[in-house]
Amino acid sequence: MPERLTRADVERIAALARLELTDAEKDLFVRQLAGVLEYADEIQAVETSGVPPTSQVLSSQQADRDDTPVPSLSTAEALANAPDRSPQTGLFRVPRVIG
Amino acid sequence: MSAASFKTAREIRDAVAAGEVSAVEVCRVSLDRINALDGSLSAFLSVAAERALDRARTIDQDKHHGPLAGVPIAIKDNISTRGIPTTAGSRILKNYVPPYDATVITRLEAAGAVILGKTNCDEFAMGSSTENSAFGPSRNPWDTSRIPGGSSGGSAVAVAAGMTPIGLGSDTGGSIRLPASLCGVVGLKPTYGRVSRYGLIAFASSLDCIGSLTRTAHDAALALSVLAGPDPRDSTASGQPVSDYMGGLSGDIRGLRLGVPRKMLEHGVDDSVRGCFYAALEILRARGAGIIDIELPHAPYAISTYYVVATAEASSNLARFDGVRYGYRAEGSHDLRSMYEKTRSEGFGAEVKRRIMLGTYVLSAGYYEAYYLKAQKVRTLVRRDYEQAFQTVDAVAMPTSPTPAFKIGERVEDPLQLYLVDVFTVSANLAGLPAVSVPCGLTTEHLPIGLQMTGKPFDEATLLRIADSYERDTNWWKECPAI
Repeated sequence: MPERLTRADVERIAALARLELTDAEKDLFVRQLAGVLEYADEIQAVETSGVPPTSQVLSSQQADRDDTPVPSLSTAEALANAPDRSPQTGLFRVPRVIG
Repeated sequence: MSAASFKTAREIRDAVAAGEVSAVEVCRVSLDRINALDGSLSAFLSVAAERALDRARTIDQDKHHGPLAGVPIAIKDNISTRGIPTTAGSRILKNYVPPYDATVITRLEAAGAVILGKTNCDEFAMGSSTENSAFGPSRNPWDTSRIPGGSSGGSAVAVAAGMTPIGLGSDTGGSIRLPASLCGVVGLKPTYGRVSRYGLIAFASSLDCIGSLTRTAHDAALALSVLAGPDPRDSTASGQPVSDYMGGLSGDIRGLRLGVPRKMLEHGVDDSVRGCFYAALEILRARGAGIIDIELPHAPYAISTYYVVATAEASSNLARFDGVRYGYRAEGSHDLRSMYEKTRSEGFGAEVKRRIMLGTYVLSAGYYEAYYLKAQKVRTLVRRDYEQAFQTVDAVAMPTSPTPAFKIGERVEDPLQLYLVDVFTVSANLAGLPAVSVPCGLTTEHLPIGLQMTGKPFDEATLLRIADSYERDTNWWKECPAI
């Protein structure tokens, strides 16, 4: 059974998930996530040797189609919801990436 | 109370087709009802009145005789509607206006339906009460101090309060059936893959389904006959033939076998729920169904399994909300990483952050095998339990919710307590099975209780036949809240 969740775990996970948590949120999540994980640990007791995992329930089906172009959104439509965009160049704008 | 408000989709469609009433008149009745009641119920996040009236005029002019001609419909706000804001109940999508329609919207409109607006839900459909909506909770029309259930709470309220005869919802762990049960309406979660999810804002892709909230099993059959079918835009939409759902509503359930996992009702189930459930079984028995005890040995592990699988998938799906292509972006960041972090931290609410954290944790190095992979294996066992049960029964009967609607705010401090509300609903999602909740009683406080039936893959027809047959001998579905 995995060990108990720590504050350091919460900080590490938040960084992976690109979340910036306040101190109050960190305290809350250490407590709440530990509670949920403790409950979830009951699955450790289930005998699963030789049981294959289920990642999805559909029986396999053919989802291929011919490789022919079909109409799609225009650049203007694709950009319309962006918080910062350059309609002239047809690009999304983001803060500086390289120093 | 206006009786006209509680007409079924079938009655409206027939009246419009016969020229007894215009689609515009029907639309106005719905809009008036929303105007009168939604201040206190908060079912809707946006009402597209002009668009709806334009659409109704077109139906009247064209003498549209589609299967849903003139029927007003409420759409959960995590289903994309071209030109109508679609927020998924989240601040991060507050101003998002989709440039395209979900396939279910295209199908409904082709059938003559009139979309009235978008309904409130728990943020990204994560919740069982609608209290996790960034825009405040919806209220249960039977008692406005109580939650309507969730996450498709707004659509359930819209139908229960007579605003529209059909609401669209999504169900990842019970999000259609639970609010249906707590609001006293019919909720149908189809088989995984039965209805296209193109345009549904993804929560947990191996579990998410789109389905309906209606007042009758017949309207659920009508809605499914419009919604079901393959879709070249969704590779998980099944090519299985679509049944004649309405044609199957014979009322005859003689010889059908219903399995009851009695052990699951021994603990944590309200007496009022247990009483109504067993009374409902007696009605079904009197109509000729066989009631058979079954066991679902892994059912006690379904909630744990669900919350590991669903949060893992959610943590991946919600990575797309990064403040670049759509939605909210936080101000004042000078580099990309801090922009992502500030945007997501300001844009997501507490429950969504909690689930992203949990999902990231169970997928992270060192925990993947103990949690995620383990849960996927237990999921196989949950599926096998049902496969085993369906060797001897045609459907499995359970309550939908262990308790009637609770008070707003009562459970917000303890997320685990709220997760346990899903005890009877999550296994249908884990196994990909269809399930329906139908009204089967009222508590002494006049709060609705639901009967749930889970069926074999792609056998919605049998579930709807049982539900319709049950309605023929009961009046619970006719009960309306005194608002």
